[in-house]
Amino acid sequence: MNSVIRCEINGEEREVLADGRDTLLDLLRDRIGLTGTKEGCGNGNCGTCTVLFDGEPVNACLVLAGEASGARITTIEGIAHGNVLDAVQQALITHGGTQCGFCTPGIVISAVALLDRKRAPTDDEIRHAIAGNLCRCTGYDKIVEAIRSAASSSRASAP
Amino acid sequence: MQERVKKDPEREFRVVGTRPIRPDGADKVTGRAKFGADFKMAGQLVGKVLRSPHAHARIKGIDVSKAAVLPGVKAIVTRDDFKDQGSEFVPAGEMLVNYRDVVRNVLAREKALFEGHPIAAVAATSEKIAREALRLIKVDYEVLPHVLDAVEAMKPDAPVLHEDMITAGVTPPPTKASNVAKRIEFVMGDIQKGFKDADVIVEREFNTKPVHQGYIEPHAVVASVSEDGSAEVWVTTQGHWIVRAHCARLLGWDISKIRVTASEIGGGFGGKTVVYLEPLALALSKKARKPVKMVMNREEVFRASGPTSGANIWVKIGAKKDGRIVAGEAILKYQAGAFQGSPVQPGCMCAFAPYDLENVKVVGYDVVTNRPKVAAYRAPGGPISEYAVESVVDEIAEQLGLDPIEMRLKNAAKEGTKAAYGPKFGPIGLVEGLEAAKGSPHWNAPLGKNQGRGIAAGFWFNIGGETTVSLQLNEDGTLSLMAGTPDVGGLRASLSMMAAEELGVDVAKVRPIIADTSSLGYNFLTGGSRSTFSSGMATVEAARAMIKEACVRASKLWEIPLDAVTWEDGKVRPAGDNAGKHEAMDLGDIAKIAGKTGGPIVGYSAITAHGAAPSFGVHIADAEVDPETGKTTITRYTVIQDAGKAVHPAYVEGQFQGGAAQGIGWALNEEYIYDDNGRLENPGFLDYRMPVASDLPMIDTIIVEVPNPRHPYGVRGVGETPIVPPMAAIAAAVKRASGVRFFELPMSPPKILAGMKAVKANGGAKATT
Ligand code: FES
Ligand code: FES
Repeated sequence: MNSVIRCEINGEEREVLADGRDTLLDLLRDRIGLTGTKEGCGNGNCGTCTVLFDGEPVNACLVLAGEASGARITTIEGIAHGNVLDAVQQALITHGGTQCGFCTPGIVISAVALLDRKRAPTDDEIRHAIAGNLCRCTGYDKIVEAIRSAASSSRASAP
Repeated sequence: MQERVKKDPEREFRVVGTRPIRPDGADKVTGRAKFGADFKMAGQLVGKVLRSPHAHARIKGIDVSKAAVLPGVKAIVTRDDFKDQGSEFVPAGEMLVNYRDVVRNVLAREKALFEGHPIAAVAATSEKIAREALRLIKVDYEVLPHVLDAVEAMKPDAPVLHEDMITAGVTPPPTKASNVAKRIEFVMGDIQKGFKDADVIVEREFNTKPVHQGYIEPHAVVASVSEDGSAEVWVTTQGHWIVRAHCARLLGWDISKIRVTASEIGGGFGGKTVVYLEPLALALSKKARKPVKMVMNREEVFRASGPTSGANIWVKIGAKKDGRIVAGEAILKYQAGAFQGSPVQPGCMCAFAPYDLENVKVVGYDVVTNRPKVAAYRAPGGPISEYAVESVVDEIAEQLGLDPIEMRLKNAAKEGTKAAYGPKFGPIGLVEGLEAAKGSPHWNAPLGKNQGRGIAAGFWFNIGGETTVSLQLNEDGTLSLMAGTPDVGGLRASLSMMAAEELGVDVAKVRPIIADTSSLGYNFLTGGSRSTFSSGMATVEAARAMIKEACVRASKLWEIPLDAVTWEDGKVRPAGDNAGKHEAMDLGDIAKIAGKTGGPIVGYSAITAHGAAPSFGVHIADAEVDPETGKTTITRYTVIQDAGKAVHPAYVEGQFQGGAAQGIGWALNEEYIYDDNGRLENPGFLDYRMPVASDLPMIDTIIVEVPNPRHPYGVRGVGETPIVPPMAAIAAAVKRASGVRFFELPMSPPKILAGMKAVKANGGAKATT
């Protein structure tokens, strides 16, 4: 059964037609074409589908589209501040924290959520915050470095 | 901590060796980069695959009649839609594939040979309808006994997968079919004599499990065949020219009719060198006359795309009291999965490659089993054999009371060493790597309670191959660079840097893309650590061709002979006072006069790259073993490796760290687990446990640079060696931390706990698994 879901996506009010069995990930990728959010496993084990749901990181593949009704969703497409990349995004580029880049959108969201909560996390806290985001390319080193540097840089003073 | 140890006396670089921002970075952090499943075509259908639930079964019939009439179903393909192929081996990465097997791997013919083996494919207007159609296809199976393990599969009474497979490499040839596709042997010197001279001999048997490449992006393709039979394919792959070749062959189409575009690739590590969905999507699209999109789910990736071999390895090494190795022998039995072609040959060649030995004998068996056909995985075959050899070397060092680095230094391969597999090494960086390890802060740091430290060396050949690069000088002096080897680890950045270095321009002026198969000459795939090496070589050549042309244009404009024009510091200049007074011109100036001096300027290079040089690595691992739970934590890790010349050091470090992390997973956790019926029990990331961020320490790197004399900048491939040493280094660390030497991977907590208990019960005697 199709139904209309009303929610806010990246700051815009949206009305989206969705099937009752669609996940939030299907809604984002297939219904409105926001393909920045990835599907690495479809069952909650890889973190490539991470989005902010009312400010909290969730696996979009585990959320039913219907549950998004009335929610505020932020995807990777909504992280940059206008034309300016978020410090986390910038740092991932400069520190070589993205190789193939498939895990990157999920990592960015998890890191942004962490830094929103905690201005100067320890390496341990960073590693735990992204423990749900599998990366097979980097060994995580340069990702951790990037998030650490984003925390100590402009992000601390960013809006 | 990241360090570099240089051994390059002469050349000074301006761009190469620095760390500019990568050209694909912004798209990747903002979600704009388009991966395999992100592409969409108007009117596309959804394609799905019906897979065998049995590990081994004869297919007596496939009835699609009910599925075919389901509303919304637009096409169905089965074995009847693909012509059978004769036996012909062709290269695919570092391995060979046989077309007779490729067609059967894409869709089962006589038999289903593993759980997950494709039986039929459907294209429908929605995923729901496609799934419903799969349920309506009736397959008549005669279930057969199956075999999963290489040693079991070699037994005379084992179920035989291919009734016509006669072992190659044995004289006289056997008269009966078996599961052994091939026996290979490398011999040097006289091992009998070597072992006679030995003061100490250690002989061990090892077992390893299949592990998956674990790329996070599942296989995905969109194919569209138009009314005139020309086809477009958009796919995530390490080699789109290989996709084109295989599809053309399996479908019987002209190569020129298929245009393949490589999407951004979300990891491959060797696993995306094989065609699975592509021929099916094309066949479905042709039948349905609509575009077809196919995406594997994670379960399908695990069940039906290739992991690397599980293996049984026997190693015997003899050494003198001073640590000098006098003989080395090994027997390797590698699972190939359903079709022949395990990486046992490179496994044999790598086994003793880090050592300068006189007497070596290595025998390998390529064994088919009822598992998915193995695919290349980073240094295919090497990690398995070198794990076993390095573990025995470590044990000998321990028995002789020698430092494991000293033991290796005594035997290390160096320039002029003849490898057991044939060639003499040119300049190589193993000794430099071992010395760097010895002097590293890590090697000399104290250890905590329940901790141990291990070290191991590793080797990989690296390859060259067919490569084309095109470099266009645009009207405004910027440059467009087209390469054809998909970018898995920062290739586009490295190529722009090499072009910028050569042409004396800012690296931001060079915009690189990965071209499709109809826009550029042939390119072999990204694999064998060849892309930076080969495409880099072609880029340098293309840039040099452009410089030559720039000089020609200047000579025309200035009306002086060509040899009166020279290129220096990024500009064409009059060669000397006799050449007259002319303002030096950079590429921007040349671009402006291109039209009136002969037309557009393009530097082009189409080569078969030769001169790839091996890269040696040394890894140091600290392991902490919890005596209560058997859980092993890697507390510190250092990768030391020869890069020849690191074009972009951050990406070299990234390759080192990524390979080490995969090796840590292989050593401690990852394995395919099957039930009694030959069905995979852990086809998901929850139970196939790859390392997550909180499992790993920081991974330090030391880049050694012993230039490769056969590359214009000294580059060696670096991508594969980093996965070779971790398993042995960690096994050695676990031994020192727990007191137990393990001979089986993965060293998972229950195994370690059982091993430690056994040691206690034996009053400290050696335990094995
Ligand atoms: S796709 Fe949602 S966690 Fe993997
Ligand atoms: S960069 Fe490839 S999976 Fe993380």
